[in-house]
Amino acid sequence: MNDWINWTALWQIVVVGLIAGAGLPALFAIGMRMLALPGAGRAQPAGTETTDSDTLVGGSVLGLVTGAICFLIVLAAIGWGIYAIYQAGHPKH
Amino acid sequence: MNDLVLALVVITALCFDFTNGFHDTGNAMATSIATGALPPRIAVALSGVLNFVGAFLSLTVAATIASGLVDTGVITLTVVFAGLAGGIIWNLLTWLFGIPSSSSHALIGGVIGSTMAAAGGSSVQWHNLISKVIIPAGLSPVIAALVAASGTWLLYRISQSMTAGARSHGFRIGQIGSASMVSLAHGTNDAQKTMGVITLALIVNKSVPADASAPTWVIVCCALAISIGTYMGGWRVIRTLGKGLVEIESPQGMAAESASAAVILLSSHFGYSLSTTHVATGSIIGTGLGKKGAEVRWAVAGRMATAWIFTLPSAAIVGAGAYALAHAIGGDAGVIVDLVILVALAGYIYYRARQSRVGHDNVNAEWTGTVAPADTTAEPATA
Repeated sequence: MNDWINWTALWQIVVVGLIAGAGLPALFAIGMRMLALPGAGRAQPAGTETTDSDTLVGGSVLGLVTGAICFLIVLAAIGWGIYAIYQAGHPKH
Repeated sequence: MNDLVLALVVITALCFDFTNGFHDTGNAMATSIATGALPPRIAVALSGVLNFVGAFLSLTVAATIASGLVDTGVITLTVVFAGLAGGIIWNLLTWLFGIPSSSSHALIGGVIGSTMAAAGGSSVQWHNLISKVIIPAGLSPVIAALVAASGTWLLYRISQSMTAGARSHGFRIGQIGSASMVSLAHGTNDAQKTMGVITLALIVNKSVPADASAPTWVIVCCALAISIGTYMGGWRVIRTLGKGLVEIESPQGMAAESASAAVILLSSHFGYSLSTTHVATGSIIGTGLGKKGAEVRWAVAGRMATAWIFTLPSAAIVGAGAYALAHAIGGDAGVIVDLVILVALAGYIYYRARQSRVGHDNVNAEWTGTVAPADTTAEPATA
């Protein structure tokens, strides 16, 4: 740490920023892709969907479960983050 | 003790908080509105509510706006008032031109200018100003752009096997969450700055002890002012951010908002009260850099960066001028004359803005190089 730039804070902001700011949306994207895996539970009969269909659920049970786990991790991380900020922002006297 | 001037300062501070809200709606919601993830009016309502909640989330940086940057011993109610006037005028002018400039810098600049006019350059802590305000302001858009570009690249990479429709649909849902986080972060970060200023005025007026933290009514009023301002929607700034900089698709919108929320919340955790505007703009440029074939309109970005450089000194000059005038007239009358001029200028800027209106109905019109879409005169004016 020098007088002008707090390097310790800077690298933490960059690294944690990348994990939370790029990693969490990436995990969301993985969840979406898992959810879209094709499978038996598909609502539409196979072959009727068009290439620009915006259906999110592919019907694969495994995909559904992995997707749900991804979304839960994202939500838990956000919840924990808000809780941590609340804790730090209301110091006990 | 001067309760009349104190009341005027508190009202002016809440007005600043209001301009802070509507100037910055775009930071959270511009990309969601541009991609159609949220209808414009729902977006500003959601953002307003979350700004209100965010204002209560953390209270640690509430008093840092003036202490640490200027010598608080020389501050009077007139100094605070003149500083707020500088911040408000700069916020309104940049809103008129649709430039997303920093409300925080406008406030800091205004207070520094009026302090210098009152007590000279030695009353400003220049080292802290550079290390706590100016260097973070230069670094934060770069960090936000890096995070947003990485996020954008990852999102397109992960979702490339999905159909375009499903991808767009899915990330539009994700954007609601990420935009909500930015709104929350904005309330936490920005509402506290006004709380700090009002608390400072109360301390100066000896209405509360010198070590007091923000009283509850101050927290509630500031939360309300910023959320009502947000709900009014600074459509001109939203348009520049959402349409002017980069043509945005929903994965880019989600990446930009996530990057903004993470960088703002982390930085305030480390005690840097940085500008949400700088971060949001950096993120949006980052999503343009992270997607192959996307175009960043550098001319628009350059105009913003120029405005950022001028924000601190310009608000400082207005703040100094407002102090000099109030001081020359003297007493309560000086502050009241300032207030009359401030209201007149604000009214004039509002009148000019009405002549090239941007609202929820034309905010997403094709970007043709101007803030106000070409056909605004043909649109019926809605309140």
